[in-house]
Amino acid sequence: MQSTAEIGYDSRLETDVIATRLDAALNWFRKNSLWPMPMGLACCAIELMGTGASRFDISRFGMEVMRFSPRQSDVMIVAGTVTYKMATAVKRIYDQMAEPKWVIAMGACASTGGMYRSYAVLQGVDNVIPVDFYVAGCPPRPEALLDALMKLQQKVMKEPLLATLKQPGPALAQN
Amino acid sequence: MNALDLAHKLRAAFGAVLAEPAEFRGEVTLKLTDPEAIGRICGFAKLELGFDFLLDITSIDNYGEDPRWTIVYHLYGLAHQAHLRIKTDVSEEKSELPTVSHVWRTANWHEREIYDLMGIRFRGHPDLRRIIMWEGYPYHPLRKDFPVTGKPSELPGVAFSKAAPIEGGPFVTVPGGKDAMAREPRVRTPED
Repeated sequence: MQSTAEIGYDSRLETDVIATRLDAALNWFRKNSLWPMPMGLACCAIELMGTGASRFDISRFGMEVMRFSPRQSDVMIVAGTVTYKMATAVKRIYDQMAEPKWVIAMGACASTGGMYRSYAVLQGVDNVIPVDFYVAGCPPRPEALLDALMKLQQKVMKEPLLATLKQPGPALAQN
Repeated sequence: MNALDLAHKLRAAFGAVLAEPAEFRGEVTLKLTDPEAIGRICGFAKLELGFDFLLDITSIDNYGEDPRWTIVYHLYGLAHQAHLRIKTDVSEEKSELPTVSHVWRTANWHEREIYDLMGIRFRGHPDLRRIIMWEGYPYHPLRKDFPVTGKPSELPGVAFSKAAPIEGGPFVTVPGGKDAMAREPRVRTPED
């Protein structure tokens, strides 16, 4: 005989009051509205579009709001080959994003330079900006990108938000 | 009027600086001995002979030979539908020839690309800047003596570059190998 147990918020018992830590609540807001900055530079951007479309449906996680303004976005998804010439623009856009901000390097090129062992290609975007998650693949499947974003959600949930509220983020701390 | 007739007309107008038109598989090539005349010749070809479309300008690095550079102009006329190729040689010491950007405006970007990647300058060009590599990059990467993995360079700010790691490569594919092992991209020295 299978029994079911009510877990989490029970409106009959708890009515209007929820007890939690402020850290957890704020992080919970953050993790469910991670707005991506789609840095689509090559063919990985096609998979990024697939991730945003109806079959894979990134909006299940509250990330469907692709923001083309760095001021309004939380996570930069670097999807594609980063040339040295583009690296200056990627770095500039990353610097313009407001804290808190995270970076996902999507695919082999953004992670390591990929197959482009060339004078023109930056050998991994982590040479210019700090990267939180690397997604393997050439290009990665949308499921792989969603997995990275869910891992990022887990990371966001663990962040000591209040303790580091007025502290500089990784971009400023590394200088 | 076909391309060969037009090439003979062009040669009749300029004579000594142009060699006899060479025809190979239906394509006509004119060799220009004096690169300084390229502006006048292209102006004549456009205005008098109807070559109103510059398809491309390319440059060849004949590394180890003299003259080192060959510049190739691909001309086309939309009315008579004839192709014409003009080749001219430039020595490494000079590395300079007149622009044709006042004849066809599209030559502006072609010449910038050649300047950027091969380091040949075009005298009289209105805006001879790099077009593909970033501003301040010190090398010309399509030259034969430039390694494919690049050389380290430094620009204040973020536009640095390092030689790419290549693990003993470059990796070379051999078509027609007897199995996948023989065909797949591997480090292959010339004696293999």
